[in-house]
Amino acid sequence: MSEHQTYTIHGETGDWEVVVGLEVHAQVTSNAKLFSGAATAFGAEPNSQVSLVDAAMPGMLPVPNRECIRQAVRTGMAIDAQINKWSRFDRKNYFYADLPQGYQISQLYHPLVGEGAIDISLDDKNPDQSGKRIGVERIHVEQDAGKLMHDQHPTRSYVDLNRSGVALMEIVSKPDMTSPAEAGAYLRKLRSILRYVGSCDGNMEEGSMRADVNVSVRKAGDPLGTRTETKNVNSVRFVMAVVEQEARRQVEVLEDGGRIVQETRLYDPDRNETRSMRSKEDAHDYRYFPDPDLLPLELDDAFLEECRASLPELPDAKRRRYEALGITPYAAAVLTAEVEAARWFDTLLETGTKPVAAANWTTSELFGALNRTGTDFTTSPVSPTQAAELLGLVADGTLSGSLAKQVFEIMLETGQGAGAVVEERGLKQTSDTGEIERVIAEVMAANEDKVADYRSGKDKLFGFFVGQTMKAMGGKANPGVVNEVLKKVLG
Amino acid sequence: MTDLTNLGVAAIRDGVRNGSFTAREVAEGFIANVSAAKALNAFLVETPDHALAAADAADAARAKGETLKPLAGVPIGMKDLFCTKGVTTTAASHILAGFTPPYESTVSANLWDAGAGMLGKLNMDQFAMGSSNETSAFGNVISPWRRNDGGNAALAPGGSSGGSSAAIAARLCPAATGTDTGGSIRQPAAFTGISGIKPTYGRCSRWGTIAFASSLDQAGPMARDVRDCAIMLGAMSGFDAKDATSLDLPVPAWEAGLSSDLKGKRVGIPKEYRVDNMPPEIEALWQQGIDWLKDAGAEIVEVSLPHTKYALPAYYIIAPAEASSNLARYDGVRYGLRDLPEGANLQDMYAATRADGFGDEVKRRIMIGTYVLSAGYYDAYFTQASKIRTLIARDFEQAWAKCDVLLTPTAPSAAFALGEKSADPIAMYLNDVFTVPSSLAGLPAMSVPGGLDHAGLPLGLQIIGKPLDEQGVLNAGLALEERAGFTARAERWW
Repeated sequence: MSEHQTYTIHGETGDWEVVVGLEVHAQVTSNAKLFSGAATAFGAEPNSQVSLVDAAMPGMLPVPNRECIRQAVRTGMAIDAQINKWSRFDRKNYFYADLPQGYQISQLYHPLVGEGAIDISLDDKNPDQSGKRIGVERIHVEQDAGKLMHDQHPTRSYVDLNRSGVALMEIVSKPDMTSPAEAGAYLRKLRSILRYVGSCDGNMEEGSMRADVNVSVRKAGDPLGTRTETKNVNSVRFVMAVVEQEARRQVEVLEDGGRIVQETRLYDPDRNETRSMRSKEDAHDYRYFPDPDLLPLELDDAFLEECRASLPELPDAKRRRYEALGITPYAAAVLTAEVEAARWFDTLLETGTKPVAAANWTTSELFGALNRTGTDFTTSPVSPTQAAELLGLVADGTLSGSLAKQVFEIMLETGQGAGAVVEERGLKQTSDTGEIERVIAEVMAANEDKVADYRSGKDKLFGFFVGQTMKAMGGKANPGVVNEVLKKVLG
Repeated sequence: MTDLTNLGVAAIRDGVRNGSFTAREVAEGFIANVSAAKALNAFLVETPDHALAAADAADAARAKGETLKPLAGVPIGMKDLFCTKGVTTTAASHILAGFTPPYESTVSANLWDAGAGMLGKLNMDQFAMGSSNETSAFGNVISPWRRNDGGNAALAPGGSSGGSSAAIAARLCPAATGTDTGGSIRQPAAFTGISGIKPTYGRCSRWGTIAFASSLDQAGPMARDVRDCAIMLGAMSGFDAKDATSLDLPVPAWEAGLSSDLKGKRVGIPKEYRVDNMPPEIEALWQQGIDWLKDAGAEIVEVSLPHTKYALPAYYIIAPAEASSNLARYDGVRYGLRDLPEGANLQDMYAATRADGFGDEVKRRIMIGTYVLSAGYYDAYFTQASKIRTLIARDFEQAWAKCDVLLTPTAPSAAFALGEKSADPIAMYLNDVFTVPSSLAGLPAMSVPGGLDHAGLPLGLQIIGKPLDEQGVLNAGLALEERAGFTARAERWW
């Protein structure tokens, strides 16, 4: 893996490097909460998905949800992390209206998942040449809090506990990123892996994935600077903006002779700036201690084996497999970035369609069409089977490239299969040499001057004769045959 | 006709089954006793309808010739730490004023499923924090016992299950639930001349029981004798998927397994329990207990539990630490008391509510617990206490290589007068010196009455057993009970 160009901030006193670490909170895909049986669907009526446990009624007890643990373990396995067969839950104590128990059940001392790594690439055209490995410190599971609503009443705040107790994975990276681009690539790759594994839907708009962004700056060769933590950033774009703005701010403070305070900050997307929320001095003392309501979590080999066996092919492995089929690294990267596209494409490959043709058509034609029609791979108007039929007609010479485009457009409009479109509209390509020779003769007769020019050395006019012939045949002529006959008759 | 309220659980059960009397007669008898004993302040809520409904169900089942449930016709008292559906539950604290749970604790549900009825909710030390019942927000329970010195000093019924102990000793109910975190079943049982057993941690579900210190809290029965404890414990115990610390094991048939023949059993006498300033009467009773168990066929061996002296300080770190977190949910937001001063913000509301709602002892423990978990103190206090806890458990494990059960006094004194120790929290905490180690180790332990002191007050002997060996504990308790022949009871003054 080669070094990419270093991101630096050019200050008045010299160049500054940026150091970034991300703590990503990812909501575990599960029908029930981490320690209660309550449902977790997004957008339900306030306080309609709250059990006695989530409301912290007296005498209620947490019971771990095996599915949430399973998803976190599978996620750990997907980033090649150490899975701790013995882990434990701790209580993080603080008072707030969105936290009914007065503590969050989390894992400070003994997390479920230990060290792992995520490979990112900074250039899709050269994924293997622009790669970097970002270390992951740990993944632990914890409860989400409820939500305060301040806009329901002029003088009162309301609490919605639907989210209270929902399982989160906190995925803590090492401070291995050194630019906004790396932070963005890391978050995109992590999101992609989570969605492949199925452990988080990665929906940042609905809050099922959010990042705390740790940023510090230093001069080359200096030890790490004091970091700030910008909380709850909810898009890739914003994470990149936070790194950029926060690094720039820190450089300004330092160059003005100030010092960076270790503190929690918030990002304001409207003004594209971070603002101080609270400093370390008035930080909470969370009084972490082992949750006495829960026994240590011990995982047996059978459970781990089941977790491993249920992992799908992951994006990097899939990309390499596509490359091995002859698909370009760029197309392979594009096809594997999102799990839905990759699944769609795998189904297309399963039909026996030639990989390279399939990849070229999918990345050029289908991606464009989905963009144009505002659909995606889950709602694609063209199924892999329909695409296979279309590509089959190209492969066997029935359709030329330009005819295939026409047929595809009609398929998009009508939802018909490629064969039916060809049949109905007579769009079949002709390889009938006699017919092609006849048309070429007409074209040559109508353009005698150009024939003479060509024969006197203007080779470039060959394309003109191809175009005229195709036009005269309504695009249905087999371009290979046209070329062949033209070369023969033009001499 | 005999007074049915002089009967215990087994006698009531058998009498209802064979038709000697009806369950309704039994319930009515106890209901009358309860309503005539307001001076004891043992009940916070009386629920005669609950008891009568269960009694009528038992009588109806018998009339139809159905097999009666294990506790059919037995009315009991329920410590107010157990949430009871539709019946006010406060843990004797103002902070839960008016709280009526929409759910039933697993232990109480198990008892109702077994056919028992509820006479009412029993007073206790607030949030089970106390050894005298003086921390109840609703006035302390007064023991039915009095010294025979002619004085009328009101005595402590023990704590925290003091409503339970007083009610049983005064014949207001034949049995009651208790909970034991550091001795809260055993010490009040000893103070009032009754029996009580704390089973192995995890035998009784904690679901629906208001938490004090989760890693220590364990429910158990209190009753007049060992057999009644065995019957009650059988009904209360069992695996509960809603409690992650619940033991997934079958419930043994303890009553059927009762035997006072201790041949082949070894009884350990831990030398470290001979504490300084132990009253000679307690020493003497302990020796008497040793002789009784010898008489029952047991071999007596001296054992050492070297870390015993650290148990009390470790307990008074771990239990408050857990409590400080467990009690954070009482914040005035969702249930119970809310104190919202004019212009108050959220933090003000928390502070006002908790200042008003919690009693002094609860606040003291929340502050101790918060302190020992704080950054900079955690390792010095909580981590050290956790290590001591492990060492104490190891002491017991090593003792089990030499013996099957341990015999000790239950408490270092007989019941003290109300007010006598309430100004000195440390003196009060010292009352738990014999009961706390087995709580830290999660072991089954019970107190049975052994005799009376010079002032005519009951003294208890404690049996501690191996994990899951409630049977061994009950059997040794039975051997003591048969030989002690304890029949003394408080003379009625209320």
